[in-house]
Amino acid sequence: MSVKQALLALLEQGPMYGYQLRAEFEQRTGATWPLNVGQVYTTLSRLERDGLVEQVADAALGDGTTDRDGHVVYRVTEHGRSEVSEWFTTPVPRTQPPRDELAIKLALAVTVPGVDVGTVIQRQRSATMAALQDYTRLKRSGRGAAELDTTELAWGLVLDSLVFAAEAEIRWLDHCEARLRRADLLKRDRAAADRTSVEPVEAREVGR
Amino acid sequence: MNAVLQMTGVSRTHGEGATLVHALRTITFAAYAGELVAVMGPSGSGKSTLLTLAGGLDTPSGGTVAVEGTDLGVLGHKDRAKLRRSAIGYVFQDFNLIPALTAAENVALPRELDGVSARAAAALARDALADVGIDDLADRYPDEMSGGQQQRVAIARAIVGERRLILADEPTGALDTETGEEILRLLRARCDAGAAGVLVTHEARHAAWADRVVFLRDGIVIDESGSAPVDALLQPELSR
Repeated sequence: MSVKQALLALLEQGPMYGYQLRAEFEQRTGATWPLNVGQVYTTLSRLERDGLVEQVADAALGDGTTDRDGHVVYRVTEHGRSEVSEWFTTPVPRTQPPRDELAIKLALAVTVPGVDVGTVIQRQRSATMAALQDYTRLKRSGRGAAELDTTELAWGLVLDSLVFAAEAEIRWLDHCEARLRRADLLKRDRAAADRTSVEPVEAREVGR
Repeated sequence: MNAVLQMTGVSRTHGEGATLVHALRTITFAAYAGELVAVMGPSGSGKSTLLTLAGGLDTPSGGTVAVEGTDLGVLGHKDRAKLRRSAIGYVFQDFNLIPALTAAENVALPRELDGVSARAAAALARDALADVGIDDLADRYPDEMSGGQQQRVAIARAIVGERRLILADEPTGALDTETGEEILRLLRARCDAGAAGVLVTHEARHAAWADRVVFLRDGIVIDESGSAPVDALLQPELSR
């Protein structure tokens, strides 16, 4: 996940310190991907090193680079601004799909002998359905439904994204199950054909 | 606490001998007051069979189906039809409204068939239409309404007269995503208000509105997800 770009984008709104950035990030994404504050500060210092943010030196705010409460406040630089606008105008790369543990697990379940693939699929489907029920319950609670509050809307969209992903996973599992059933039937038919008269059926099948 | 719908050891076969088909194999299934249960499964898994048996539209080959504690199997044809009209509401994919009747008349019909006076039935129909948020469309004919509005009328017809079991077969199948969601919100609200709902669907996002999701394969319940309702927890042998 691009914590770096997300923090830069938040700083476009105005100077902030670490805790504020974390709070803003979590409010907009519904704390779906919690950030720890250490991660925020590490990222900020990297951004500073690369010249994308700078500490705010304002005599009106305490001792120079901290505000009255002693927080180090950062603002985005020109270079940082162009980085943000590039992030928004460039699609998230899909050339290297993120490692998908479920797809890998199924690929191995199908090929490793002795694994009950049907059970693997059903357990996952139940678990994903339970997650989808949870997301739907959140939607029903009305959170993220206020279209006029942009922060609420942002969280509502993140929630929709989780709903769509869970739904897609269940559809994919249904599809895998159907394909595996077809493959099983085909295998059984073949075996039955082999046991009876081999030639006519086999010859036709191969000829196609 | 009793289940509004209790199916015990229910099976349904078609044909015999070499052509015997098991549509349902000895399943036990319950829906309690206040819960919405979704039934999912590929075509041929038995989910529509389950719904038609639950509604008394078909007779099981084995086992019992009880609605509000009454075993449908011991009722004669007439009493069963009466129970169907008074206790069970259906919602179908294609709405099944009578085109020559207005929304209010469609909703009032089952009550009138039950012998309620036309006037009382009309009043009940208005209430039911108000419950689903379309009392202003009472005098429209089905072809003067959108799909979502027609399905609302169908839901009003399903709930008119305080029926406590609502059976819905792919109720969102003919609707766009957003309208479908409104319909589910409505079904959900009826269950929250105390009805027991059974929703057959192949759409995971719609099943997710349910308290429990039951997965059917080849006529058997293979799995269930979601929390058991409070009522069901009082009958541990039935939950899971």
